[in-house]
Amino acid sequence: MMFRRLALSISALALAAALLLNFQGPGQASIAVLDTTSVSGSSISSGPTSGSSSGSTSTATPAPATGTASYTGDLVSTRFGDVKVQVTVTDGTITDVQALALPVGGHSGQISNVVAPLLRSEALAAKSASIDVISGATYTSRAYATSLQSALDAAGL
Amino acid sequence: MGTAVSIHVRAPLPAAGAIEAACAVLHDIDRRFSLYRPDSELGRLARGEIDETALSPDVRWVLAACDDLARTSGGAFDARRHRADGVVDPSGFVKGWAVEEASRCLDDAGARNYLISGGGDILARGESAPGRPWRVGIRHPADPTTVIAVLAVSDGAVATSGLYERGDHIRDPGSAAVPRGLASLTVVGPSLAWADAYATAAFAMGLDGLAWIHGHPGHGAFAVTPDDRATWTPVVEECLVRETPRQVPLSASSHAAGVS
Repeated sequence: MMFRRLALSISALALAAALLLNFQGPGQASIAVLDTTSVSGSSISSGPTSGSSSGSTSTATPAPATGTASYTGDLVSTRFGDVKVQVTVTDGTITDVQALALPVGGHSGQISNVVAPLLRSEALAAKSASIDVISGATYTSRAYATSLQSALDAAGL
Repeated sequence: MGTAVSIHVRAPLPAAGAIEAACAVLHDIDRRFSLYRPDSELGRLARGEIDETALSPDVRWVLAACDDLARTSGGAFDARRHRADGVVDPSGFVKGWAVEEASRCLDDAGARNYLISGGGDILARGESAPGRPWRVGIRHPADPTTVIAVLAVSDGAVATSGLYERGDHIRDPGSAAVPRGLASLTVVGPSLAWADAYATAAFAMGLDGLAWIHGHPGHGAFAVTPDDRATWTPVVEECLVRETPRQVPLSASSHAAGVS
């Protein structure tokens, strides 16, 4: 299959699956299962966005059976900034979920573009170390879940 | 609020069905523990429809673990008292415990190098590439686009507690006030269930939480204060990723220091 050949040529294979659970807090009344597989060299690839991404979810169009499309959830504001979630669907399956956090202060929104650390210790150089994942409360925010659900609604999933 | 879980697997790939099994475990735990599902065991307990003796063994075990934690943390983590309405809520432990339970599906299926991220809490096994541990960034409490430190983790767990996006939900059960001492606290340790709960407890203790974590063998803590300073314990020091110096004099027998 196409993906498998691509993975072998990169010589590192990553499978990713994501699902949404409710352990606490009101808001999501149902579990959205985003079982996905995504193949990339070293991390979940963000992939190109197609022209069909949209912030509006007033009409839910079902995700197309073939091809790749991105669906952007509603912008949700928090006191620490705004959160918008983008879902990429390939051949009817979710292949990526990305938080497009619009930053406080107006710098680049990509988490991978880390900036120089604020800490006074110059021994820490987060900007030069490649990072696999971020630990923090990022994905538990109500804003993230709300925006994600609206992206799923837009994708008809 | 929902918890998004992502699973990243490197070679050797586990047997087919491993990821589905892991997801099924997460769903099952959610069904039994979620306070916002009408048929969950904890929901029925909260409504008085059943008492604790009628809970399934897993749920009873989790509540007992939380009771132990309430004792050892001096009440800083207390599943029975942290909610204002008195509902028993062990979610600060369950989030990490669920990921650990799910990880067994991957272990049983032969996966050796993987990373599971559940709501920003991380369980890492093996390496992300041969000779390269997983790299876990700690985000800045106030800026979701900024990473302020990177930890190299292999066979370990990272959990972060903070007020920044969840709102003022962490209550010091003793005072019912919201702790103001720290902006965030990250715990590193062998088990995600315990790291998750320890992070919640230590965060509520403020800077004293660092010493409390240091007193747990094999655990480290990294704390960020509201004025953008950070402090960390020796176990974290050992896994902090540091840039190697760029200006390394080249000689016939040395390699240039690389930054990966």
